[in-house]
Amino acid sequence: MIEYTEKIREIAKKLLEEGTVDVFIGYKKGSVPMMNEPVLISDPADVDKLHWDSNCGLNLCNYLTGRKDRIGILATGCNSRNIVTHVIENQIPRENLHIVGVPCTGVISHRAVKRAVKNREITEVVENPGGETFSVKGPGYEETFNKAEFLQLNCAVCTHRNPVEFDSIVAEKVPEQENVEAYKDVEKIESMPPGERQAFFRRTISNCIRCYACRNACPLCYCPTCFVDESKPQWVGKSIDPVDTMTFHFLRAYHCAGRCTDCGACERVCPVGIPVRQFTKKLNKDALELFEWEAGLDLEKRPPLDVYKVDDYNDFVK
Amino acid sequence: MSTKIFPKDKWVEVLEGLKDSYKVVVPVKEGDYFNFRPLENGTRPNFDFQNTRLSAKSAIYPQSERMFEYSLDSGDSDAFQMKEAEKDYSPQAIVGIRPCDAYAFQLVRRNFDNPDYQDPWWVKKFETTTFVGLGCNDPCATCFCSSAGCGPFDRKGLDVLLHDIGDAYVAKGLTEKGEEFLQKAGGKDAGKEDIKKAEALTRDVVKKMGPGISADKLKDKKATDLYEAPFWEEVAFACINCGTCTYLCPTCWCFDIQDEVQRLDQKGDRLRNWDSCMFPLFTLHASGHNPRSKKHERVRQRFMHKLKYYIDKYDQGIQCVGCGRCVQFCPVNIDIRQVAEKMNSYEG
Repeated sequence: MIEYTEKIREIAKKLLEEGTVDVFIGYKKGSVPMMNEPVLISDPADVDKLHWDSNCGLNLCNYLTGRKDRIGILATGCNSRNIVTHVIENQIPRENLHIVGVPCTGVISHRAVKRAVKNREITEVVENPGGETFSVKGPGYEETFNKAEFLQLNCAVCTHRNPVEFDSIVAEKVPEQENVEAYKDVEKIESMPPGERQAFFRRTISNCIRCYACRNACPLCYCPTCFVDESKPQWVGKSIDPVDTMTFHFLRAYHCAGRCTDCGACERVCPVGIPVRQFTKKLNKDALELFEWEAGLDLEKRPPLDVYKVDDYNDFVK
Repeated sequence: MSTKIFPKDKWVEVLEGLKDSYKVVVPVKEGDYFNFRPLENGTRPNFDFQNTRLSAKSAIYPQSERMFEYSLDSGDSDAFQMKEAEKDYSPQAIVGIRPCDAYAFQLVRRNFDNPDYQDPWWVKKFETTTFVGLGCNDPCATCFCSSAGCGPFDRKGLDVLLHDIGDAYVAKGLTEKGEEFLQKAGGKDAGKEDIKKAEALTRDVVKKMGPGISADKLKDKKATDLYEAPFWEEVAFACINCGTCTYLCPTCWCFDIQDEVQRLDQKGDRLRNWDSCMFPLFTLHASGHNPRSKKHERVRQRFMHKLKYYIDKYDQGIQCVGCGRCVQFCPVNIDIRQVAEKMNSYEG
């Protein structure tokens, strides 16, 4: 996707010069391989800082919360769905935004790449022309991989690669993936007997250091004070007791029910490699099965958990 | 001081043999990365690592530590009395710690063990620990230890320094504690050739180190100038205020004190948990006022503490050993080397 970079700079420059937006939110190239840094550009002369490649795996919607200015922002499929969710939840007025759509072919999993080169030092990762392969360089070696085999797990099962809401777009839309089995892993957990499932969750969070990178990388987690940070009353203990840690992860996941777009930012940022999506995905599956709902696809539709319908087919609301 | 040699194929056996004398803490591969864990039945030490994901900080200073225990049940004879929690201060040896991470304890010590204050638990744990370091033949591209007051074979924080010479470790005793460890470990005295090999390796690696951190002018800058420098909002823009940098950092020492009471039996613990200056709660006053309510204020605090206040307070360099964890694992790629460069070159 590195070829988008020039177009992104061009669009950002125009938007800033013409005064359509006050600021532009994108990425600049990172100082270490497979990392890029979100950046705020307000001077058209600075647009050359902007960069795009298959390592732009955070969710830029995270940087919209609370802003009052007119903003240009890059949005892949999932990022655009989070922006829609932000608008629906009154976190940002749609008219303050100029959304620059980025048809996305998926983000590279930095963990999978490190595994593939057997944890050897990586000094550079470059996308090759055409974008189907990328090369990994380190002291004394260079290897080339197929990007499709190294996607983040959420990208591998993504069915909304193209932005759903945008004002301009950096390239032609890309074909959507079909026949993906998005919830195989959730089904496996669902089929476990309760004891085994609890043991699975305990194992899953056993290395959690409560740094809250998952929560803070998530655009849905914009509460002024998170329940784990409340002190009057204090709902959750702050040590690394597994019960408290699980309470944090589970309640956060429930709070994301019907809102999560499976952007994968939570999982990408975890410093200890916890598969955080194992918690949120179950709720996504439930939202799909119970309410035929996928978050952030339509500005006009209210999410299932904040709407009341007289003709609801469920009995409990009557 | 003696210099011994341990063939690698016997190394784990040597460590197993030390279990009667020490709680032996070793690097273990867990999934994709390494962490320090006590050597117990079933633990598989693995020294084939660049560095552990978390430093060995928690071996001296646990993420969550019981300080006191008490009962709130008025039927108990000792109700409402704080009693010091029982802890294990039997000797421990951290084997395979990198020189940077060991040196980090020396920096942290200025906070926990100084003429004005001595933190009893930290001090006891530190004093009963033997640091058996493993020199770095292969530093990461993100390492900058040699410009941060130590280096890949730095000895300052160590009792024993191991050199990996291929099929064996050459172990140099550096302190009395280290000598005792080597006596207990057994092993043969290293030959001249092996020692030469180890020394040559040291020189080669030091030459290989990448660009460092710029900190030479920080001491002479005015703290207030740096504090008011115009770049903090830009530096902080990407920050999501998570605790990754501070929790992975071997020199971050801040903690929070919490009381936890079990409802069923009314027994309680007073805990101290690692805390992070990145969290808004870190500075939230009981009144509701927060002196560091904005993101850039918290980010500024972290860098100012490491790169300016620490210098001003102790005049012993920066509060950073160059392990590079925060550079590698910051989820949004905020790079302390770049921030230091901005601060170091800032002219009021």
